[in-house]
Amino acid sequence: MNAEPVTTPKLIVKNLNFYYGADRALKDINLTIPEKMVTAFIGPSGCGKSTLLRTFNRMYQLYPKQRAEGEILLDNQNLLDKRQDLNKLRAKIGMVFQKPTPFPMSIYDNIAFGVKLYENLNSHDMAERVEWALKKAALWNEVKDKLKQSGTGLSGGQQQRLCIARAIAVKPQVLLLDEPTSALDPISTAHIEKLVDELKKDFTIVIVTHNMQQAARVSDFTAYMYLGDLIEFGDTSTVFTNPKRKETEDYITGRFG
Amino acid sequence: MFTLYGRRRLINGISLSVSVLAMAFGLFWLGWILWTLLEHGIPGLNSTLFTQSTPPPGSQGGLGNAIWGSLMMTSLATLIGTPIGILAGTYLAEFGQRGWLAPVTRFINDILLSAPSIVIGLFVYEVYVVKVGHFAGWGGALALSIIVIPVVIRTTENMLRLIPNSLREAAAALGTPQWKVISFVTLRAARAGILTGILLAVARISGETAPLLFTALNNQFWSSNMNQPLANLPVVIFQFAMSPYDDWRSLAWAGALLITFSVLTLNIVARVLFRQKANTY
Repeated sequence: MNAEPVTTPKLIVKNLNFYYGADRALKDINLTIPEKMVTAFIGPSGCGKSTLLRTFNRMYQLYPKQRAEGEILLDNQNLLDKRQDLNKLRAKIGMVFQKPTPFPMSIYDNIAFGVKLYENLNSHDMAERVEWALKKAALWNEVKDKLKQSGTGLSGGQQQRLCIARAIAVKPQVLLLDEPTSALDPISTAHIEKLVDELKKDFTIVIVTHNMQQAARVSDFTAYMYLGDLIEFGDTSTVFTNPKRKETEDYITGRFG
Repeated sequence: MFTLYGRRRLINGISLSVSVLAMAFGLFWLGWILWTLLEHGIPGLNSTLFTQSTPPPGSQGGLGNAIWGSLMMTSLATLIGTPIGILAGTYLAEFGQRGWLAPVTRFINDILLSAPSIVIGLFVYEVYVVKVGHFAGWGGALALSIIVIPVVIRTTENMLRLIPNSLREAAAALGTPQWKVISFVTLRAARAGILTGILLAVARISGETAPLLFTALNNQFWSSNMNQPLANLPVVIFQFAMSPYDDWRSLAWAGALLITFSVLTLNIVARVLFRQKANTY
């Protein structure tokens, strides 16, 4: 029975509730995200998977009427605690969004921007860091001759890898991917999925996806959510081949959703 | 009896003709205005127009002092109005989600945006000209800057609101403090649109007459003294065009042509700038 690989918990979610105004969008979520693994959140639209992801870096705080209650422990510290320095927290937990979001500046500056916030590197070290991040994101060969050009001039798939490079350049511990391939073509998607597989050696990755095949391909653990409830959580092969709950089975076999 | 398709075609044809007619009606007057301007303005264009000052009736002269005065007051008004407008517009767009201050400011700004310029002229006359006891270039610049501010506030806010929230989220997700998100990411992404707004504000004030009548008035001589009455194109046009002297009227037309074409150029530059930027998003 105990076939699960040995894992260290990285993020521990305890009794998490989330509200958009008066609407309760997450209901008593309890979940443990293992370190240096890929965890996928799947479920139909509106099930709360992106909402859950956005509590991990408190992105919801940009908006006045959104709030979270409960605990999310990162290294035994509750990151929902108001006393937590939000910007330092976000430097530890990087995020990549559904649509590529290059900043209106050069490719080089797109990467250097985040690094400059928390590290004081000389120009040589900075150039090395930029190269390291772009190589990690499998973009270096395509852009090494045009680092001074605008990041908005790249193709969609390249822009998304630029955003991944930007996120890992600050050396976060956790990487949150919010439907990172839903705006991309199949070839770019394959690039990114391969990349996710590479990146999990160094980072704890949480990915939200609409695409069940993608979850099956890239993740070690899968959480199935429905209407704000966490229905099932387990290692990916079990969830996909032998789900414990009827709802999960209906969803992954396409009978619903 | 029409078929459904035939009826739709008919309605389509009628609406299309009506809109084309409406456009032609508007363009007709615009064309006429431009034609009259060119017809009367071009004879007055010569090299002395820019070098000599406004003459007494019956003698040779130009509009040099008025062009210079207009340039000084317009630039100064833009220099005063732009930073205030950009800062206030940024506040409304980036911090205006919570509280009551932003909606109130936005409402007042909308009133200011549509305030008749003669009211602004009277206001500056009352609070400045009357206090110092004489007309002065400073007053003109002040009145014009009050017209610039609401235009820049409005365009800055609108342009910043066009920036997708995902860009703000992406910057915040790196742990960027809000002031850096705004100054390095959102303002930068919106800069072409904001610049367009500034150019349109300059275009707007370069033809304003009423606020200058009450503040800078006019000066027959070449002057750079902002503390004295200052010649400027709109007021010169107003005085010369109403005069019985042919050479004055000819200068007024030349001045009107100058203003119209500078405004036209500014508008074209603004459009080109905005289009270039729009393509990258």
